[in-house]
Amino acid sequence: MDTQTLYREELLEHYRNPQNFGKISNFSVSAKQKNPFCGDDVEIFVQLEKDRIKNIGFEGRGCAISMAGASIITEFAKGKTKKELTKFSEKDMLNLLGIAVSQTRKKCALLALSVLKDCLYGIKSKS
Amino acid sequence: MNTWKKDFPIFQKNPKLVYLDSAATSQKPKVVLNAMQYYYENYNANVRRGLYPIAEKATTAVEDVRKKVAKFINAKDPSEIIFVRNTTEAINLVAYTFASHNIKRGDSIVTTIMEHHSNFVPWQQLAKMKKSKLKVLDITADGFLNINDSRFKIQDSRFLAITHVSNVLGTINPIKEIIKQVRAVNPQITVLLDAAQSVPHMKVDVQDLDCDFLVFSGHKMMAGTGIGVLYGKKELLKQMRPFLYGGEMIREVSIESTTFADPPYKFEAGTPDIAGIISLGAAIDYLGSVGMNTVQKHERQLMAYGLSRMEEIDGITIYGPKDVEHRSGVISFNLDGVHAHDVAQVLGDMGICIRSGHHCAMPLHKRLGIPASARVSFYLYNEESDVDRFVEGIKKVKKIFGSKV
Repeated sequence: MDTQTLYREELLEHYRNPQNFGKISNFSVSAKQKNPFCGDDVEIFVQLEKDRIKNIGFEGRGCAISMAGASIITEFAKGKTKKELTKFSEKDMLNLLGIAVSQTRKKCALLALSVLKDCLYGIKSKS
Repeated sequence: MNTWKKDFPIFQKNPKLVYLDSAATSQKPKVVLNAMQYYYENYNANVRRGLYPIAEKATTAVEDVRKKVAKFINAKDPSEIIFVRNTTEAINLVAYTFASHNIKRGDSIVTTIMEHHSNFVPWQQLAKMKKSKLKVLDITADGFLNINDSRFKIQDSRFLAITHVSNVLGTINPIKEIIKQVRAVNPQITVLLDAAQSVPHMKVDVQDLDCDFLVFSGHKMMAGTGIGVLYGKKELLKQMRPFLYGGEMIREVSIESTTFADPPYKFEAGTPDIAGIISLGAAIDYLGSVGMNTVQKHERQLMAYGLSRMEEIDGITIYGPKDVEHRSGVISFNLDGVHAHDVAQVLGDMGICIRSGHHCAMPLHKRLGIPASARVSFYLYNEESDVDRFVEGIKKVKKIFGSKV
């Protein structure tokens, strides 16, 4: 994938002005993960109302792909139920980002999704 | 014009390649590749056991390389040269044998904050296992070791594990002075020197430095990826227990017991990377024909040029010593507002190979207060146009990420 497509304007906009950035005050659950390969870290805070994600926020530092990923997935997850999101796969995440990433950058792209799943389902995934 | 670049086939096959990651691994000259091919095609046989001519030839070839390596680093004797897989394995060998036996509960092991994980994690883990103390020497603001203030740390310590050249900061530690000072304060201390980033790039003399152990990798000095060297003083190797047990390292084996071979064979269990050893010999010949002083001078010139061009870039932070006398051809940096990974990605897509991440030095990055950095490193086959293309690449990164070029 060439630079043009990987770093298309939309992705860069999510990086520069991420959606849902910041810790929310009434969160019910949170989870955090680090990508040791490049030092990305993402923490997601979720406010649940029964099964539905009422509010969501994230904090973190990292590369454009990991931060854009966090911005995009938190935006997507807002208002959805835990049940709806169980089926959301890694492939879906990459489609949402709209890019094909190399094996090395995959971890960056999928970091936020992994954190979100930890949050919602409490499964300690391998970082 | 770089007269050596044409010796490296990868640049003929990839004319647009700008390879600035030699600190990770080096490119290979044709003579090294030829030597390996020649071995496999003409005298491939196992070593030290066969009696037929090609086995004799292979055995002699390996022992000749041992002598060559000894001469290259000025070891007293070829028996002080042990062939291992790489620097990491060499360090682990010392940790598992010498250190494990000699370091007791309550003893102190000293290392530094600028170490590569291979010269940090083994000591950390050993200290945990033995309930010994791990002391970590800090750096100054410009990336030098704070050795003077650390006198108390060295005083009662049993072991010092230290790097010659930092793979992140590029700092060349004044090892001769450091070891002299350390031994004056603490005559009983044993010193291991990580020379992975120094032996490929400058003349290293183990007797002059007076280190007890020295380690380096073949693949960082134009040889293959399965060969590394542990140098150890004769008296120490004699006392050390073996590392791996098996064939080649024994004298006699019976059901009840085994006697072991003398060093170096005591530490070389199993079939070694024969082709790798031969490649190391060929690499030493090649570097010898260029001259290590020439290698160092070439890199220093490139590094000075690189530093001056990089300093022109707005928003760049360069880590390590500012002055070229005290640094090797490794330059780590960050660009405001852009993660190191994204810098490397954009440059990679342009055919410019740099590294990004923490370069196997997480404690150092934490100490510097950064999650990651990008790194360029030079070797004999680099030229000024590589630096120019790299700088153009950085300008493109800045454009994409919206900063002022």
